[in-house]
Amino acid sequence: MDTELILMQLFSGVALGAILVITALGLSIIFGMLGVVNFAHGALFMVGAYAGLWVASLTGSFWWGLLVAPIMIGVFGMAIEYVLIRPLYGRSIDDPLLLTFGLSYVLVEGVRIVFGSDGIPFPTPSSLTGVVDLGVGFFPIYRIFVVGVVFLVVVLLWLGLEKTKFGLIVRAGARDPTMMKVLGVDISKVWLLVFGLGVGLASLGGVLSGPMRSVNPEMGALVLAEAFVVTVIGGLGSLVGSIIAGLLVGVVISMTALFAPEMATIVMFALMAIVLLIRPQGLFGKLA
Amino acid sequence: MTSPALAVSPSASARKPARFRSLVTKYRVPLSILALCLLPWLLPSKALAVNVLIYGTVAVGYNLLFGYTGLLSFGHAAFVGTGAYITGIAIGQFGVPWYLAVLMGVIGGALLAFVMGALSTRTRGIYFSMVTLALAQLVYYVALQTPSWTGGENGLRGFTVNKINLFGFEINFLDPVNKYYVLMVFAALALWLVSRILNSPFGAAIEAIRENERRARTCGYNVERTKLLSFTLSGTICALGGTMSALHLAFVPLDSLHYLSSGMIVMMTLLGGASSFFGPFIGALVFLVMEDVFSLWTSHWQIIVGSIFVLFVLFLPKGIWGTFLTKVMR
Repeated sequence: MDTELILMQLFSGVALGAILVITALGLSIIFGMLGVVNFAHGALFMVGAYAGLWVASLTGSFWWGLLVAPIMIGVFGMAIEYVLIRPLYGRSIDDPLLLTFGLSYVLVEGVRIVFGSDGIPFPTPSSLTGVVDLGVGFFPIYRIFVVGVVFLVVVLLWLGLEKTKFGLIVRAGARDPTMMKVLGVDISKVWLLVFGLGVGLASLGGVLSGPMRSVNPEMGALVLAEAFVVTVIGGLGSLVGSIIAGLLVGVVISMTALFAPEMATIVMFALMAIVLLIRPQGLFGKLA
Repeated sequence: MTSPALAVSPSASARKPARFRSLVTKYRVPLSILALCLLPWLLPSKALAVNVLIYGTVAVGYNLLFGYTGLLSFGHAAFVGTGAYITGIAIGQFGVPWYLAVLMGVIGGALLAFVMGALSTRTRGIYFSMVTLALAQLVYYVALQTPSWTGGENGLRGFTVNKINLFGFEINFLDPVNKYYVLMVFAALALWLVSRILNSPFGAAIEAIRENERRARTCGYNVERTKLLSFTLSGTICALGGTMSALHLAFVPLDSLHYLSSGMIVMMTLLGGASSFFGPFIGALVFLVMEDVFSLWTSHWQIIVGSIFVLFVLFLPKGIWGTFLTKVMR
């Protein structure tokens, strides 16, 4: 096997991992703040991809889809938190999980009613088609663009959480919500915004991944399992963990695809099992 | 839970529900077998009755872990599917007699449940649900990638059981009524086993873990081993349900391993009521009847079932039977 092919596959892995990173970040932020595991995360990823496609075909521009769809679905996510999840705070931790699972059924079937059951191709924007010479081989421009967007979002997220007053409130609220209430912070508004942000990240992942695979109502199922694997490996609630584990899983999948294609999907679950045996709390997780 | 009015004047009629409840609990196995005997004559089709039997068994087995041990698994489809696949492969590819194939399916499912349980019970709380889901997806993708054994995406076919030999009597297994009553023996066995487990000291131990894990540990229970045993027993009963479905359909769809099938088991259990013995069976009945009725109206019946489930989580978290017991029969 020549090194050029391996390097190319490594780049592919990073692009794949970038989508995993952004999806798992959304899941992790929601859990870290609200203590809710969003089982509708994969379905919202799928809804995001459809929303992106819809806005793009309406305006004739991929860029509007990329910009508007995550905001649209993020606001929809806020509505979900306000109407459906808010009544469940203080009840068993399983209840929001069960509710979002039921919700994913409704979302998938809703998309089937509106857009049909068959997959729809998501065209790559013309300005991002083609390949670029990386010195070792030709690589699709679109995948480089995806890595760039995810990098930008991660930096913005980090700046937002570490350098702004809102970020300070979010971090403090994740640690001790009761104390934040005592200090006069309306924590429920923070939870609303954080849930919207997490869902927005999932749908951004959906729009970005659209041109890399076709869009269909079932695409969320695999995404949810992938996001779970990444967060379990990285440590639930740890943002650094999501980023590193996302890239790791992406690279491992893509390397396995090179040597044993039939093992590509299986290998990430095996990786998770190994991490569970050695560090049950995940690579960057804290012991409960 | 008695209301103040009842506490002041406990009339004979007010005590009746309590007696009803204890009688139902005492005779829960004979009562459920009686109900199962009547079921095929109450439902619109015999095929629906067989499905209720299968998924009722699966849900009752699942509830040992979810309702009684308090662990929300999203991976039990792996055991149902494994039981079904092993039975199908044993009959279709090795010509094993059907009863041995059932036994092999149950043992195979139990072994898988032991391994998955050993990995997933290392984690706590919300992690557990995610890990069981991911491990079950691993089983799904293994089945997808080994088509020479499992038939891959097309599912497993070619192991029809036409007739079975019971103590010298030959029974036509294609007749739906015969099929129902043969499979009912397995379901009754599973119900008896679960009832027996719940009445044992082990049954008290799993409920103690559900109520307060730390306290159970302090009382000297080995929490990890108890959880693992509960997981394995629950997976074993689900595998039995899987072998029943393989005999019934003579077909194992790949989707039977998917986590959405696990989710269906969870939905059935919660609809009926997770903290009660009859709840899961009633949930399976209601779910399958809803599917039967709504799918006549629309191919998008899942949106109705999903919405109903969301409403149940919000407003009736104890499910149909659980709510009936606490609100009506208190």
